[in-house]
Amino acid sequence: MTSTTLATRNLRTGFIALLAAAGMLGLGFAAVPLYRLFCQVTGFGGTTQRATVEEADLAAELARSAGARTMSIRFDASLARDMPWSFAPRQVTDRVAIGERDIAIYEARNNSDVPVTGTATFNVEPEQAGVYFHKIQCFCFTEQTLQPGQSVTMPVQYFVDPKALDDPRMEGVEQITLSYTFHRRIEPAS
Amino acid sequence: MATTADTFQAHHDDAHHDADHKPGFFARWFMSTNHKDIGTLYLIFAIMAGVIGGAVSGIMRMELQEPGIQYLGWWVEFLGGGASDFDKAGHMWNVLITAHGLIMVFFMVMPAMIGGFGNWFVPLMIGAPDMAFPRMNNVSFWLTVAGFLSLMFSAFVPGGTGNGAGTGWTVYAPLSTSGSVGPAVDFAIFSLHLAGAGSILGATNFITTILNMRAPGMTLHKMPLFVWSLLVTAFLLLLALPVLAAAITMLLTDRNFGTTFFDPAGGGDPVLYQHLFWFFGHPEVYIMILPGFGIVSQIVATFSRKPVFGYLGMAYAMVAIGVIGFVVWAHHMYTVGLDVNTKMYFTAATMVIAVPTGVKIFSWIATMWGGSLEFKSPLVWALGFIFLFTVGGVTGVVLANGGIDDNLHDTYYVVAHFHYVLSMGAVFAIFAGFYYWFPKMSGRWHSELLSHVHFWLFFIGVNVVFFPMHFLGMNGMSRRIPDYTPAFTYWNEIASNGYWIIVASMVVFFANIGWALVAGKRAAGNYWGAGATTLEWSLTSPPPFHQFETLPVIEDHHSHHDHIGGRPEKQGARPAAH
Repeated sequence: MTSTTLATRNLRTGFIALLAAAGMLGLGFAAVPLYRLFCQVTGFGGTTQRATVEEADLAAELARSAGARTMSIRFDASLARDMPWSFAPRQVTDRVAIGERDIAIYEARNNSDVPVTGTATFNVEPEQAGVYFHKIQCFCFTEQTLQPGQSVTMPVQYFVDPKALDDPRMEGVEQITLSYTFHRRIEPAS
Repeated sequence: MATTADTFQAHHDDAHHDADHKPGFFARWFMSTNHKDIGTLYLIFAIMAGVIGGAVSGIMRMELQEPGIQYLGWWVEFLGGGASDFDKAGHMWNVLITAHGLIMVFFMVMPAMIGGFGNWFVPLMIGAPDMAFPRMNNVSFWLTVAGFLSLMFSAFVPGGTGNGAGTGWTVYAPLSTSGSVGPAVDFAIFSLHLAGAGSILGATNFITTILNMRAPGMTLHKMPLFVWSLLVTAFLLLLALPVLAAAITMLLTDRNFGTTFFDPAGGGDPVLYQHLFWFFGHPEVYIMILPGFGIVSQIVATFSRKPVFGYLGMAYAMVAIGVIGFVVWAHHMYTVGLDVNTKMYFTAATMVIAVPTGVKIFSWIATMWGGSLEFKSPLVWALGFIFLFTVGGVTGVVLANGGIDDNLHDTYYVVAHFHYVLSMGAVFAIFAGFYYWFPKMSGRWHSELLSHVHFWLFFIGVNVVFFPMHFLGMNGMSRRIPDYTPAFTYWNEIASNGYWIIVASMVVFFANIGWALVAGKRAAGNYWGAGATTLEWSLTSPPPFHQFETLPVIEDHHSHHDHIGGRPEKQGARPAAH
């Protein structure tokens, strides 16, 4: 027998068990940033990637040397239920050479009589294309505020990573749909 | 020969004349620290919650008896929701399915299996005087009661379209956040917090008790399988429930404090809630069934008068089910837009669970094979469990396929599946355990005749209710909707009739308890005879208020199966079948 009493051992075991529960509680909350990170890294659910201009140049060079084909890009726009804007892409589809930088234009107008701030959520279909769809510049990176009646054009600069050509899951993908949904910013509870 | 019943009674002659002294009524039942009293409280609570949850399903089956909406409006007005309209009637339906699910999961099956039988028999089976933390045990129970009251209260405050929380037991965002304004959902979430906290404390208590307080000589590999099942269940509770607590806390802050964990407008994702919920929710279904596995193992061995076949395989099958149970959660959400590789993984992982489950079913049958079976009520209920749980398991393997699930998701096929494993699997195990141990707990015999009548009525009733749901589901009838196309009337009417057979069986059940308590014969210490070989059978029925003040010793000649037999005359000559 050890010198510790049963009560001490019980307290120790019980404490370790509660610690494990507290750890799982922490992991539950940690799931929020981890899930976001996971989506960003893997392109899970069609999460697109962000790239710098240098990376874009490199990709373009790679694509040229590989003699890459072209890809059709379809643009989609929608609004959350309580969003008083109109929002649409200027072009419905576009054809780009893989690796080549391109700019697409979206147009938005605030139809209400108050200033409205919105943020856009985004993804691409098919989902496996998310990890190869890079944005260099996008209106979705920041919040957009439109004054009553104001119209704006909003550009997005993007390219398709030539690495997509090596991925068997991308075989037969002829078109990638880039989709945005504008949400009204939630005002902090007053 | 067998150790006499009074060896382990807590009769100390000299200083402790009051060893069996019970506190007064209020202190005994409201401030209880005695594991047997708390177990009794849990069982009474589970029965009361089960009656309410069962009554709710009665309203549902009446409503579904024919197409159209007949009764919901009346219930809206009866429960104080004001003049009813179509929306409020639909909300009433959501409130009913939510209440039925939450009550049956958190306030009926879990309190009965874990709080009731677990508290009663884990200490008795391992030869411990009580649970490790008796006061905390009491806290667990009253937290559960408070959670139940919070859920009941939520039915009478606004929850969006009408009174009550109409979110489903899964409380998915955004229905549970922006879709349900009003305090009802807050109260429902609070109810889950309370019940969850109670269960986490309970799980801590079980783990500590089982790891530290086993009788001398009782190694882990000599523990009864019921204790093994509770140990695995406690670990599942400990690791799964905090994740639910985190998820529903985020729901609360999304609802009330402007966070956007699950709101895409602020960068959140409602699918994340589903991942978190099912990371808890899938282990939760094993939490509900594993203690049932333990109960059935004890009963099958007892009434076959044989050690359970493949003891170690049985124990580690439960461990394996517990471990794999944590990595299959997304099979509940195949239709959220998982890519094909993810679906492939979750399909394969889910099917792997059929292997340890198959080991258990096989071992129960192998235990009975060649045994001298005695068809007492506990064995009959256990056989019902094995048969019906297997039926539910087969439909589970069907639903595990991501491709098939796309078609069957949210249909009555799913409802049929999980009622076969829970409403029949878990509930049959509970009744099996109840009839197995009721004379031990109360000291009085139930009527075996009424127990068998109860079994047959219940067996027929649940099958009449739930088997047609397979057909309805495969024909495309959606769950969670109170109305349906007239084409589905035939089988719905039959299912609704089955409900009244179940009600009749429950009348028999309560008559049986009542009869036992009023006029039941006194039960002996080991009333099941030679097959009952775990430590609770070395005590009187009911056991003394305090037991095992002298710890029982598990000798070398005792196996995992036999903890109370005397040393055999010569090795290997175990008196197996008489």
